[in-house]
Amino acid sequence: MASSAAAFAVLRGGKSEARAGCRVGITRKNFGRVMMALAVDVSRFEGVPMAPPDPILGVSEAFKADKNDLKLNLGVGAYRTEELQPYVLNVVKKAETLMLEKGENKEYLPIEGLAAFNKATAELLFGADNPVLKQGRVATLQSLSGTGSLRLAAAFIQRYFPEAKVLISSPTWGNHKNIFNDARVPWSEYRYYDPKTVGLDFEGMIADIQAAPDGSFVLLHGCAHNPTGIDPTPEQWEKIADVIQEKKHMPFFDVAYQGFASGSLDEDASSVRLFVERGLEVFVAQSYSKNLGLYAERIGAINVVCSTPEVANRVKSQLKRLARPMYSNPPIHGARIVANVVGDPTMFGEWKQEMEEMAGRIKNVRQKLYDSLSAKDKSGKDWSFILRQIGMFSYTGLNKTQSDNMTDKWHIYMTKDGRISLAGLSLAKCEYLADAIIDSFHNGLGTAK
Amino acid sequence: MPSANVRGAQPSADRRLSTLVRHLLPSSARTATTTTTTSAADSLEAFPTMASPSSVFAGLAQAPEDPILGVTVAYNKDPSPMKVNLGVGAYRTEEGKPLVLNVVRRAEQMLINNPSRVKEYLPITGLADFNKLSAKLIFGAESPAIQENRVATVQCLSGTGSLRVGGEFLARHYHERTIYIPQPTWGNHPKVFTLAGLTVRSYRYYDPATRGLDFQGLLEDLSSAPSGAIVLLHACAHNPTGVDPTLDQWEQIRQLMRSKSLLPFFDSAYQGFASGSLDKDAQSVRMFVADGGELLMAQSYAKNMGLYGERVGALSIVCGSADVAVRVESQLKLVIRPMYSNPPIHGASIVATILKDSAMFDEWTLELKGMADRIISMRQQLFDALKTRETPGDWSHIIKQIGMFTFTGLNSDQVAFMRQEYHIYMTSDGRISMAGLSARTIPHLADAIHAAVTKLK
Repeated sequence: MASSAAAFAVLRGGKSEARAGCRVGITRKNFGRVMMALAVDVSRFEGVPMAPPDPILGVSEAFKADKNDLKLNLGVGAYRTEELQPYVLNVVKKAETLMLEKGENKEYLPIEGLAAFNKATAELLFGADNPVLKQGRVATLQSLSGTGSLRLAAAFIQRYFPEAKVLISSPTWGNHKNIFNDARVPWSEYRYYDPKTVGLDFEGMIADIQAAPDGSFVLLHGCAHNPTGIDPTPEQWEKIADVIQEKKHMPFFDVAYQGFASGSLDEDASSVRLFVERGLEVFVAQSYSKNLGLYAERIGAINVVCSTPEVANRVKSQLKRLARPMYSNPPIHGARIVANVVGDPTMFGEWKQEMEEMAGRIKNVRQKLYDSLSAKDKSGKDWSFILRQIGMFSYTGLNKTQSDNMTDKWHIYMTKDGRISLAGLSLAKCEYLADAIIDSFHNGLGTAK
Repeated sequence: MPSANVRGAQPSADRRLSTLVRHLLPSSARTATTTTTTSAADSLEAFPTMASPSSVFAGLAQAPEDPILGVTVAYNKDPSPMKVNLGVGAYRTEEGKPLVLNVVRRAEQMLINNPSRVKEYLPITGLADFNKLSAKLIFGAESPAIQENRVATVQCLSGTGSLRVGGEFLARHYHERTIYIPQPTWGNHPKVFTLAGLTVRSYRYYDPATRGLDFQGLLEDLSSAPSGAIVLLHACAHNPTGVDPTLDQWEQIRQLMRSKSLLPFFDSAYQGFASGSLDKDAQSVRMFVADGGELLMAQSYAKNMGLYGERVGALSIVCGSADVAVRVESQLKLVIRPMYSNPPIHGASIVATILKDSAMFDEWTLELKGMADRIISMRQQLFDALKTRETPGDWSHIIKQIGMFTFTGLNSDQVAFMRQEYHIYMTSDGRISMAGLSARTIPHLADAIHAAVTKLK
């Protein structure tokens, strides 16, 4: 081997004559013959294009690079304290300390995840006394937060409902389309956001769901719609359920903010429970990223409410079959935290309190932002939509050019669809933000690059 | 029957139900039974376990239990005090208990007691420190590929996740969509690559006659692969056979592959676990990197750091240039984001903590060697026990094979016999996990093997 290393070194000297990416090696076979082995010509991946940055996660990257003192990150939906610091819930720290003391092992979970977590998560979502749980009609698999749950469900839809398509709201969370595209599930949009009222286009929504082929999957945000913050009223939910039932569509809920929207776990689950009570089969994707602040632990679940326990077993078995070639079995740490918190009445109570505080802070910030906008804006524009929206986000109504102005002139980072994360806003910064929004709204139109 | 949402399932479900009804009802009822769906549904009332007609999942079949993980499921159900689980590849102590390494506990304690630790989303590519340290671990800190910034590394969900993300990337960006996997290989490999969008073919690997490597067959099959095809290679401690090429054979494989532009995709799940030495177990990989060529590498910390359930791993793509590596990384992000957005932090933090602290790193290598040595000792003891019993056959492969598993050469009848009569659980291909053995259970296993080979052929 020494001789070939020396030969290699000699060749490197002549590298300038070789094409870019070309490497040449010489090796000496046993019987002394020198063999030239051209290791690689040009890279096989030379033609791979540079991918654009993620529209949501890329915002944080850009924010980090900005050196301006006034900068504000209203991009990704991660909760911040009033001091704009990340927040680890006290109850989560307690749970982790407890777990450390218990000293449990790190063996593989079953493909479907931690049993204690699956039980707790289904009870949290449907209500511990829900008959569907008692009857064993729900297939629950621990999965990789909301994204992973949606992806598993999408893979299942692609395999077992190859003719079906998914209806998603216009607009919706940016990653929804990517998930269904990669899973090769066709999708189309139903009207949702009405820019004229900055509210729900209810007629449009019902009409589009009605017009879709029977048996479509309808992706619904359980509460705190992302990105608009606009939720249907309970009466509107009933009507949505009516049309879904009539068309034999499959309701498919994305629940990323249970407890975080109103502050109440049960209230935020009422839309899901409404559908379940009607006896419908339902898909529900859950995430604990926001409500337990477990973002990086990737903890969530996919639940499928089925007509019988026997069907639920079969559905579960097929979901497992899709998870195994994706990641084999899910990560334990986040699941144990959730199971510990939900399983202990004291910790569960503490969690509810911390969640109310987080939701409360956001409501306060909404109010202050609205007050600032109303006070500062002399144009008479009605900003009350901010108070009507719910959850972590506000859909400001700013377009892409105006959003760019927010960033370029005011160093305020947000997604280009006009969405701001109120979770990243402090009371102290409301006035600055109001100035920026008013400026961008009225003056930002002509500054297209 | 109410109309189901699935156009395809509806008629076949009807047919199945009608057929079932015809066969299950008493003969007098059969003559009266028509094949209309209403009467089929009516007569089903007596059969409450049948699939409910009102479910959209009516046509869905029950999936079989995963063959590897299913062994543990069956083992758990067995009430016998003599039972031994030699199924899944998770390390066990001499007392038969799972093991969390001391250095892992310490790292975890440090993390959890750190007041400034947060749980914010990791970048899509994962924890940066972890990625750099993982690449150094497998390729060597002095690796020219690393020095030249030609390695794109992304944190993934252990070995499985790394293989899947790598496979998806290749299916999208590589001109050759066929991957060659060794015969046999880990049961999950073909499924991972198929779902990733690749076509799976196999190359000869294991020779049952010698219970060793079918090197000629391997060379022939790789020679006849189309130029540019992807080839899956087990970096060390081949799963399930425990049969590895010698260094000399690796060199020949490397030359052949480079001459045909075959793209190596390494699966490294046992670095340090096979021989006890991290560097030794990485030699095959480093040989390929040294020639300047490109390759993919799926790394897992499940076994060598005992982090099974934390799902820690990394996918590295060694590229021809730094510029290509940057673009490749950007495309890997597009694969990951719609799959799970970003990877879990806990396990990766533990690994990074250990790898970057030289005292902890040394402690780790000692504990790792301890595990590897115990397994090597189990091999010797089993071999000796069979020799003592004068069990027919050549059992030297037990000590020649390397890593967690031994491919016993037992056939599926013998395996079933051992399960029934001796409560020994292993996968039906005759693979046993040496990590599941102890001095106490070896005599029982030796007895079982002896009985199986003498009573059944």
